[in-house]
Amino acid sequence: MAAEGAHEDHGPIAQFKINKIYDLNLFGYDVSFTNSSLFMVLALAVILAFLLFASRDRSMVPSRLQSMAELVYEFIAKMVKDNLGPEGMKYFPWVFSIFIFILVLNLLGMIPGGFTVTSHIIVTFAFAAMVWLVATGIGFAKHGLGYLKLFVPEGVPLLLLPLIVVIELISYFIRPISHSVRLFANMMAGHTMLKVFAGFAVMLPWWGKIAPAGFMVAFTGLELVVAILQAFIFTVLTCIYLNDAVNMHH
Amino acid sequence: MLAGMTVLAAAAAEAATEAATEAAAHSGGGGLPQLDAHTFAPQLFWLVLTFGALYFILSKIALPRIGEVLEERADRITRDLEAAQRLKDDTDKALADYEKALADARAKASTIAKDTREQIASVTEGKKASVEKTLAAKLQDAEQRIAATKTKALSAVNDIAADTAGAVVSKLIGQTVSADEIKKALSASAGK
Repeated sequence: MAAEGAHEDHGPIAQFKINKIYDLNLFGYDVSFTNSSLFMVLALAVILAFLLFASRDRSMVPSRLQSMAELVYEFIAKMVKDNLGPEGMKYFPWVFSIFIFILVLNLLGMIPGGFTVTSHIIVTFAFAAMVWLVATGIGFAKHGLGYLKLFVPEGVPLLLLPLIVVIELISYFIRPISHSVRLFANMMAGHTMLKVFAGFAVMLPWWGKIAPAGFMVAFTGLELVVAILQAFIFTVLTCIYLNDAVNMHH
Repeated sequence: MLAGMTVLAAAAAEAATEAATEAAAHSGGGGLPQLDAHTFAPQLFWLVLTFGALYFILSKIALPRIGEVLEERADRITRDLEAAQRLKDDTDKALADYEKALADARAKASTIAKDTREQIASVTEGKKASVEKTLAAKLQDAEQRIAATKTKALSAVNDIAADTAGAVVSKLIGQTVSADEIKKALSASAGK
């Protein structure tokens, strides 16, 4: 095992390494095409192929593929309507894009030998920051300075108000961090765990392989659930933050 | 069993240590790849590019297409349900009309039967009355004839009685009595 590891990295965190496939430079910035870029493009291709192919017939009685696309569509549409009300449907394409992109990136990462784009904090943080900026922008655009009332909950004793406002402010500014770390940590921890146990299965003598291999099978199932669940949670939180901005319901 | 588990644990620990040292040795000594700031720019660049393209294509083509189909289907179902309701209403109305027509026909039939019965009864009544009248006339006629015959017979009886009485008297007294006297005597005895 050690000999194998000498020329190729098999550590549990080696799977997160960004490898350049094609060097690219734009205005002095490094924009190289990497394994991460490859999986983003792959996810884009998979999603577009799925949705465009599924909706090509526009049939009244849907095919199986069309039913699947409609299922995802209605699932997210319902989520947006439940959280934002019917007028929130104008944000639906954006929420849908976030959900399906993260979902497919998570699921593509489950392919052995694949790369999990969402296991990188910079990617999840970019998503969370986008959500936070868009929500804050909508909040101020819709309510003007009245949006600041979000930090002053009603029915709080005057004495406690300064403290509450500070807490509300901190919790608001910490949103993009908790939002991004939740997804990133879940994806990274799961994949690291899988790799560690896969390492055990390889390195142990034959009679010891059963336990970690069995664990791998079960844990892979769990990771699939986590991949879908975390995409869902990220999207639900996006809706909740948007709702704060659009309707100011606290 | 216990020994096996100890060996397993030892082997696992060894493997973990090995993996960890390997990771440290091969990841360029910079710790987590996620914290390598050199990789941020290319990741962000491609993320913006791919997510931008995804958002653009989904919002412009894919989602409106799916949404249209869903809306159309919902409309179609609503329309079909409305049509079904309309047809059901029509059916109910036709059924009600039919039942009304049936009831009307029944009522009319019973009226006709009643009228006919009454007509027949009146005709019969009329005929019966005229027949009875004829019979009554005939009866009266007959009675008059009988009465006339009886009167004639009775007057004949008086003549016979007078003849008989004349004959009896002439035989008894040997002399002829006039018819007027006999009649007088007879009517006097009849008057008693």
